[in-house]
Amino acid sequence: MSQAASSAALAPSNEAAPKRRGGLTPSYWPFVVPALAVVVATILAPWAFTLWMSVSEWKVGEGQHFVGLENFLHLLSDRRFGQSVRTTLIYTGLSVVAPLLLGTLSALLFNRKLPCRGLLRGIFVMPMMATPVAIALVWTMMFHPQLGVLNYLLSLIGIEPQDWVFSPDTVIPSLVLVETWQWTPLVMLIVLGGLASLPQDPYEAAEIDGASAWQRFRYLTLPMIMPFLLVAATIRMIDALKSFDIIYAITQGGPGTASETTNLYLYSVAFSYSNVGYGSAIAVVFFALIVALSLLLLQLRRSSGRMAGLE
Amino acid sequence: MTTDAKRLAWKMADRIGTFVCVVVVISPALFFFLWMLSLSLKYEIDNGAYPPVFIPTRIAWQNYAGVFASNNFLLYFWNSIVVTGSATLLALIVGVPAGYGIARMKADRSAIVIMIARMTPGLSFLIPMFLIFQWLGLLGTLVPQIIIHLVVTVPIVIWIMIGYFETTPIELEEAAMIDGAGRWQTFWRVTLPIARPGIVVAMILSVIFSWNNFVFGVVLAGRETRTLPVAVYNMLSFEQVSWGPLAAAALVVTLPVLVLTVLAQRQIVAGLTAGAVKGG
Repeated sequence: MSQAASSAALAPSNEAAPKRRGGLTPSYWPFVVPALAVVVATILAPWAFTLWMSVSEWKVGEGQHFVGLENFLHLLSDRRFGQSVRTTLIYTGLSVVAPLLLGTLSALLFNRKLPCRGLLRGIFVMPMMATPVAIALVWTMMFHPQLGVLNYLLSLIGIEPQDWVFSPDTVIPSLVLVETWQWTPLVMLIVLGGLASLPQDPYEAAEIDGASAWQRFRYLTLPMIMPFLLVAATIRMIDALKSFDIIYAITQGGPGTASETTNLYLYSVAFSYSNVGYGSAIAVVFFALIVALSLLLLQLRRSSGRMAGLE
Repeated sequence: MTTDAKRLAWKMADRIGTFVCVVVVISPALFFFLWMLSLSLKYEIDNGAYPPVFIPTRIAWQNYAGVFASNNFLLYFWNSIVVTGSATLLALIVGVPAGYGIARMKADRSAIVIMIARMTPGLSFLIPMFLIFQWLGLLGTLVPQIIIHLVVTVPIVIWIMIGYFETTPIELEEAAMIDGAGRWQTFWRVTLPIARPGIVVAMILSVIFSWNNFVFGVVLAGRETRTLPVAVYNMLSFEQVSWGPLAAAALVVTLPVLVLTVLAQRQIVAGLTAGAVKGG
């Protein structure tokens, strides 16, 4: 394909584009059909099946029969479920706020000129790419109250040893610590993308006006990267709500049920107690919760976009 | 001091200050992985010592030898390769053309299905899939895991390829079609070669998130069909509590991913910020 041929084709094709695109559109369908089949088979069909199971009384190995909304009514009086939703919301709140703050700070740092920027960024990104179960295993060793390295590090700065994931009072903050360590890099990357797209002119004007570094951040950078922060917050929220590997591998929801999030409770009901009907009802409610919270953040994104004059 | 020299000194101080701050910011990651390495190379005596030993004076290579020698580790490694390889290959075969079609049709709304997949907890796919595979009698094979990994890999590939094809110029394709090439021929000869960097990004992320997946294996895998993350988790719960061999196993499981991350750092960053996707 020569350069000349492509540029020669450029002019006429642009003219014909509006008419032609409409006419040719259907013939792109064959490209999409195989993926559509896979998506229907692996994503949509299981969803339909889940909905059907959620209105059934069904245990693995036993028969299935229709019970209407009974599973959902039962959820209302299920204290363990209510507790799990509360735990999930606390866990998620902390796991959104902490990575968002730290991620924004580190993005501001990585946005500056640095020697070995690529290598440093590569190291910074490693926690989120590493296999979660492998990470969880090493964190479990680090949390060990007697032999763990974390209590040793605390003792160096004069803080007394903690029980970390072995006490109901500290298990959630400890798991949030792991989650923050793991996912701050994703926030950093999204915000860094935002910072890279900022126009330079306002900053030059601000410098001439003698704005301080804080003022420049507060009145220029922050409003302009707000859409990116909200994208990061949304993604972080969805992932934190669904968090499974780290919690399951480190505490399995314990001690007791102190760190049992809805996702872990769902796992117990469906696969430890083999109650797939009730488990499906939990899955449906859980999914509705995730969608509702995402829409809430999306709404926030719209209104902030209007404020910044972006939409 | 002249103003120039002052400015230079100020600039140097600024650079060094930034560098120090960045080192502080990456230190939790750096410390963690070095500590993981340290744990995996120590004898039990050193791992149980207080204060902890950071750099061991004697190195327990046998931790690693033990990992490879014991309990089906090579089988599980192979299972991981088969599951991740097949799920990624299938995802590329259906996902790359789909990303192309969606981008060219400007059917951005179809991406909503991908958002739904993104928001759905993996467990809610698992319940129906588990029942179906049990009914089909496939639970003793790797097939269920390959299929359910498509839930992770297909959306990643489609999502990244939509973004990529939207930025590749349509003019070359139109030129090829004017020259008499058919639609598939154009796609195969013109579009795919241009899209190679995008395909590499999609492949890397698909491999990483499939390799790391734990929750699907924990439900669907039997004794013979475990993938590495499940195998490592089982070591923790059933076999031993000695830290050296456990840390060595954990490092072996995640090493391929870490190496890929450092080598393909640029592509991974590009892919993640473009789509901000994650599997699972």
